[in-house]
Amino acid sequence: MSATPLVEFQEVTKRFGHGPLVLDHISLSVDPGEFVSLIGPSGCGKSTLLRLIAGLTPVSSGSLRINGRTPNQAAAELGFVFQEATLLPWLTVAKNIEAPQKLRGIAAPVRSAKRQHVLDLVRLSDRADAYPRQLSGGQKMRVSIARALALSPKLLLLDEPFGALDEMTREHLNEELLAIREQQAWTAFFVTHSVAEAVFLSSRVFVFSANPGRISTEMKIDLPYPRTADTRLSRVYHDLVSEVSRRLRSVETHTA
Amino acid sequence: MTRRALHVFVPAIAGALFVALWYGIHFWLSEDLRFLFPTPTAIVAALAENRDALARATLNTTEGALLGFFLAIVLSFSSALILSLSSLVRASLYPYLMILQLTPVIVVAPILVLWVGAGIKSVVVITFLICFFPLVVNTTQGLISTDRNLVELFQMWRASRLQQLFLLRVPAALPYFFTGLRIAATLAPIGALVGDYTAGSSAGNGGGLGFQAIIYSSEAKYPALFATAVVTCLLGFVFVAIVIGLSWLTLRRWHDSFDRTDK
Repeated sequence: MSATPLVEFQEVTKRFGHGPLVLDHISLSVDPGEFVSLIGPSGCGKSTLLRLIAGLTPVSSGSLRINGRTPNQAAAELGFVFQEATLLPWLTVAKNIEAPQKLRGIAAPVRSAKRQHVLDLVRLSDRADAYPRQLSGGQKMRVSIARALALSPKLLLLDEPFGALDEMTREHLNEELLAIREQQAWTAFFVTHSVAEAVFLSSRVFVFSANPGRISTEMKIDLPYPRTADTRLSRVYHDLVSEVSRRLRSVETHTA
Repeated sequence: MTRRALHVFVPAIAGALFVALWYGIHFWLSEDLRFLFPTPTAIVAALAENRDALARATLNTTEGALLGFFLAIVLSFSSALILSLSSLVRASLYPYLMILQLTPVIVVAPILVLWVGAGIKSVVVITFLICFFPLVVNTTQGLISTDRNLVELFQMWRASRLQQLFLLRVPAALPYFFTGLRIAATLAPIGALVGDYTAGSSAGNGGGLGFQAIIYSSEAKYPALFATAVVTCLLGFVFVAIVIGLSWLTLRRWHDSFDRTDK
């Protein structure tokens, strides 16, 4: 692992205006290439943490560095995937994927090459001319991921991207996401409510407690990549899922 | 019978029933009152008889309606852009828009005649006044109703305010704009007609359908009066049809209101 962390939180706190503390003295450091999941009860500030990294809102105190720079300076290196696909309904799949590149003034030939590449990655090359409303929920989400990947991000922020999908689709997309990551070196921050998903995807899982949001515990997930559907059948995987569930439950009972 | 044939057949029956009902009412009235409710044949005959006068009047009214309509589209769109800036701007300016909307044409018309003179100019201004409000309200609503998540996405992409406006807010507002446009399209011919009625001028054959209505009612030519109403109605249909066509062309591919799956 490299010596300089890609993302570094030092004693970061966050509150909105004079409201209650949302994040309380968060310190964590993530190296390039890691896949980190944040899991915890509602209101534990895990989505806020992503928004801090994205520079959508500033930290209240402490320091947050991305590649040694402020979130605003690092904005170009980020990709963001929301819980909803957030596609522009009036643009085709192809144009949706190119939209952020267009905003950055990237030339058309480069854009279309990128677009073809990422559409291949998410296996939707045949739907390039479709409009979002013609796609299923899972397909929309894949387009949303492709759009983020087309910006060649160093850091991908995913805020419960598969939360609204059914279990089968979710598992497929989990596998697909890891398969894509085999080909592209990005670091991921993944917010989820699903323990199984967190364990399957991550190299590390942070369990958060709520009110205020704190890191309760972190767990290393020692399962070798590449992980596939078979990984879910392994003993180690099941033990890890049980262990994370246990820790999450203890956090939730404390909060309740 | 196929769905398609059904969609021709049933409306045709409804149309026939409507005409029959019309005749029914005419003949149900006592003979001395029938002149108040001329038969469709009498109306068509009056239409043919007055076709030159009506055609000229229709052209004049169409001109006024179109100019007022376009003026309303352009000005309402620019106003909506300003109004969408902040709720403070809206709170400060909406009362004056309400004044525009709530002042009756009957009151405005004589003032307009003083300001710009009777005739096409007044007709255009009155049409504009009538079309402006639904357009500006709907478009503004559209511009400020953009999906929060999409706005955040544009912020993430560090889009400029102008990029956000023209690549996100304006296209997202299009369905609202067309709703306003559809209402305005029904109002434009009526506006031009009322404008013509209250502030029109027949100088140089410049009179429109409103002027024609005044003439026919003063001469007690009731079938011709009905014919004028029919023409106005048709003009309204054309306006609305054009707008529906435009909105179909613009929205059909992506907007749910043009989803072909029957619900």
